[in-house]
Amino acid sequence: MMKHMLDIIDWTPEELDALMDTADDIIAHPGDYADAMRRKKLATLFYEPSTRTRLSFEAAMLELGGHVIGFADAAASSASKGESVADTVRVVGCYADIIAMRHPKEGAPTVAASFSPVPIINAGDGGHHHPTQTLADLLTIRREKGRMNQLVIGLCGDLQFGRTVHSLMNAMARYKSIRFVLISPTELRIPEYLREGMKQLGVPFTEVEKLEDVIGTLDILYMTRVQRERFFNEADYVRLKDSYILTPDKLRPARRDLTVMHPLPRVNEISVAVDSDPRACYFKQVLYGKHMRQALILKLMEAAQ
Amino acid sequence: MNINEIQDGYVIDHIHAGRAMRIYRHLELDKLDCSVAIIENAKSNRMGRKDIIKIDELIPLNIEVISSIDSGATVNTIKDGVLIKKQRLTVPERVVNVLKCKNPRCITQTEQEIQHIFVLADREKATYRCYYCDTLHKPED
Repeated sequence: MMKHMLDIIDWTPEELDALMDTADDIIAHPGDYADAMRRKKLATLFYEPSTRTRLSFEAAMLELGGHVIGFADAAASSASKGESVADTVRVVGCYADIIAMRHPKEGAPTVAASFSPVPIINAGDGGHHHPTQTLADLLTIRREKGRMNQLVIGLCGDLQFGRTVHSLMNAMARYKSIRFVLISPTELRIPEYLREGMKQLGVPFTEVEKLEDVIGTLDILYMTRVQRERFFNEADYVRLKDSYILTPDKLRPARRDLTVMHPLPRVNEISVAVDSDPRACYFKQVLYGKHMRQALILKLMEAAQ
Repeated sequence: MNINEIQDGYVIDHIHAGRAMRIYRHLELDKLDCSVAIIENAKSNRMGRKDIIKIDELIPLNIEVISSIDSGATVNTIKDGVLIKKQRLTVPERVVNVLKCKNPRCITQTEQEIQHIFVLADREKATYRCYYCDTLHKPED
């Protein structure tokens, strides 16, 4: 059966570990992989613009010696003429060896996978999944901490709508001795289904409102953006807004080996003064994302042959 | 209220009160030429209130449709005025083209001629999950 990457939890922790091993090897010996995808083509079907994700996929394929074709938004594709996702992937599958798809509709990559003759990678489907971001997060954690267990992971900001947070929690909950500290305004706590899911898995978590109260206890701090319009009232926004902005001052009580992560783009939730702190890992995270996409392309192509 | 005895047909009994019309719609009973009776809010010792549907013809009946909406219902088959089969339903693991996803952002809202697939999420609560977008569908939806 053709293997795809649609949702991170479709892959076992062992499979994800193997991907991370490959990514580590690519980082250590990039020359060994320079022709791994020679004469192969990746199609990037981006029905909505996402420049950084698309460039990451393109860079990943180019560094493997492959080629890239595709479109960068729906207006430039046959979707604007009303072609279905099913038909598009059947056509593109005649040209490309592997497809990365970004689509505003949730579940579109699942439809694509049902019809495609080549592997599909979900490069983000609405507010649903964004598994290759989680791959970047996982490799960042493993390389920075040297382990995937016994970690206290703080997730800060908009935990209700942040799909990267949900995927990361689901992925990390499968490792041993993980504890989550969820830092958000009450309105933006994790959704009920995820809270229930964590309880069922027996993964401990605490929910707090202020970053200052817990920052000293964390091994990892995963920041996300809190948008003003997500608050129910102005008073709460004014009271809490500074609590979700990471500054050098706020980092002072944090551990020396804390890892600060962010899926990017950031607006103001991490002060630029934090960038020079050795604990800031969000730009490394971008780089690791590219290497994980390389590892993923290799794995899916290997499984397809 | 007086509804004639059925000679050849079905009595779908023990439907949760309020769900008969959904079963009626999904089975497309409005397209039949035979008599169809819907009894809503009938008294029931076991259920308090229940709905019943009577169909006056032995049409090909899609049991999966009924069980995905109300697995507690029973389907009685009547031939020559005699009850020949009493069928209790089971909750199907997967239902195709019965439920429709209510998430406006789901790909099933725009993709042409796609199969609407739901996978059982919680047997006790008869909750289904959209195969594409994971949105949960509860029996009362």
